[in-house]
Amino acid sequence: MFEIDAKGKHFRDLNAEVREAVDKGEKEISLKNVNGQYYIATGLCGKLDITVEGVPGNDLSAFMDGPTVTIKSNAQDNIANTMNAGKIIIHGNAGDVLGYGMRGGKLHIRGDVGYRVGIHMKGAKRQSSTIIAGGTAGDFFGEYMAGGVLILLGLDSEENAPIVGDYLGTGMHGGAIYIRGPVEQKYCGAEVGVMETNEEDAKILKKLLKEYCEDLDLDLDMVMSRPFKKLIPVSSRPYGNLYSY
Amino acid sequence: MNHDFQKDIAGCGLTGLISKKRNRVSGGIIAKSLTLMNDRGNGLGAGYAAYGIYPDFADFYAFHIMYDAQSARFSVEEYIKENFHVEKIEEIPTSPVPEIAINPLLVRYFISPLKEKITGPEGEEDFVVNAIMKINSEIDAAYVFSSGKNMGAFKGVGNPSVIAEFFRLEEYEGHIWTAHTRFPTNTPGWWGGAHPFTLLDWSIVHNGEISSYGINKRYLEMFGYKLSLLTDTEVVAYLFDLLIRRHGLDVETACTILAAPFWKDIDDMDPDEKEAVTALRQTYSSALLNGPFSLLFGHKNGLVGINDRIKLRPLVAATHNDMVYMASEESAIREICPEPDTVWAPRAGEPVIVTLDD
Repeated sequence: MFEIDAKGKHFRDLNAEVREAVDKGEKEISLKNVNGQYYIATGLCGKLDITVEGVPGNDLSAFMDGPTVTIKSNAQDNIANTMNAGKIIIHGNAGDVLGYGMRGGKLHIRGDVGYRVGIHMKGAKRQSSTIIAGGTAGDFFGEYMAGGVLILLGLDSEENAPIVGDYLGTGMHGGAIYIRGPVEQKYCGAEVGVMETNEEDAKILKKLLKEYCEDLDLDLDMVMSRPFKKLIPVSSRPYGNLYSY
Repeated sequence: MNHDFQKDIAGCGLTGLISKKRNRVSGGIIAKSLTLMNDRGNGLGAGYAAYGIYPDFADFYAFHIMYDAQSARFSVEEYIKENFHVEKIEEIPTSPVPEIAINPLLVRYFISPLKEKITGPEGEEDFVVNAIMKINSEIDAAYVFSSGKNMGAFKGVGNPSVIAEFFRLEEYEGHIWTAHTRFPTNTPGWWGGAHPFTLLDWSIVHNGEISSYGINKRYLEMFGYKLSLLTDTEVVAYLFDLLIRRHGLDVETACTILAAPFWKDIDDMDPDEKEAVTALRQTYSSALLNGPFSLLFGHKNGLVGINDRIKLRPLVAATHNDMVYMASEESAIREICPEPDTVWAPRAGEPVIVTLDD
């Protein structure tokens, strides 16, 4: 484990130190006394384990391609922007605009998340992105979602208490959102269909949540003990032919 | 911390704190919090507002005035002496800092209106507001940037730590502080354009953009306000003055007007609430703030944080004992309060209203 003390360091100095360590072949890096430094683990590639103690600044793990980043506390805004592969585990809450245009990899958050989480996240057959948040979420959850899987658990909420905000899945045209709690159609985007989950969904959820529970030391049976709603786009791709004629 | 890097593109940053028990906190503390977000601004404006800093002159309006020309000072002081009792005049203490090559002349006045000058139906505070409007709009090169009792704003062109050092902020102790680092987008970065914007004891720091500035400005002008500081945020300070002081509304109602619920949400309210909120939206449609904002609103009795209705700018709040903190980033709070009791992200359009205990 290679340790770096981030106390009082500007983000450029800190991130230069991290890159230097990576270039030297360090595979496990621990960042101590982090507070607010931007762009941690941004653009890093390959198999690496990075542990962050303290609250990291905005734009954590943007464009990241492979590493696993573990945050022991809360984290801020704009995490996993256009991330391609790897995993981020956050033991506390996280802020707004998480996983913007995320193309692959996993974002596992124990606590609450803010507004515009999973905005325009993507996925295809061979590579897909996953965001799982254990608490509640603000408005615009899954806005413009194009692919991947977005899961919200409401673990600390009463059964049937609302756990997600307004404008849910607005502009959604791909992927799936699973909500472990009530969903009202009036708070969903016009493109969103709300369904009951089937066996196929249960299989997907179990597989994704097993890993989530292992990362965050949670009981899978407890997490699976409440029903989920599934949200998928039901629009007919109205602009699909826009440039074809 | 090393900040000697080429600038990144970012946005404004704000931070604030309040001790509900009126324990006074040094300006060095809030400067430390703001300086952590140095890179949110670009050096074209930073500032601080503090409450409780002038206990020896608590009964007097503390005017902080910036002058770009000595002649303006003569004109302003002539006007002030005609209309106010002057308890004390002094230059605002500053320290030379290499980053600030040129600064306006900065003078403060502890004054109270001459009773015989207040004629007609207007009250003392109206008289003071009118004097501020007159100085700011009619006397060239003079701007009143702070005018409340037992409070003051300190602001200028520079980074957070530079402005704090320049104004010797560590020498002040207040029970409410707000602070701001600026990244000017579509208005000039000048000394008068730095935040906070104040009027009487109302002060505003703001991250975002008031897209409704034109509508709000014309509305305020109908009530005699003169918008002279070239920046959208100015309207917020005057709107709070209009709604709370002149129209007698409470802070919560004022917030409902500025960040009004959407009509579709009003439709879902119970009948009484629906009627009340509909009346507010209709009466005060020109006071609605549109566009992205998070802002902190300081006043003599408390501190308020509020976001726009779809949360287009960040705001985090935290508590520790009798302290409440609000900032653009959680790290800015933890820089001065490493172990808060609670930390949360306020919901869009829902104000966090903190009032002093007494």
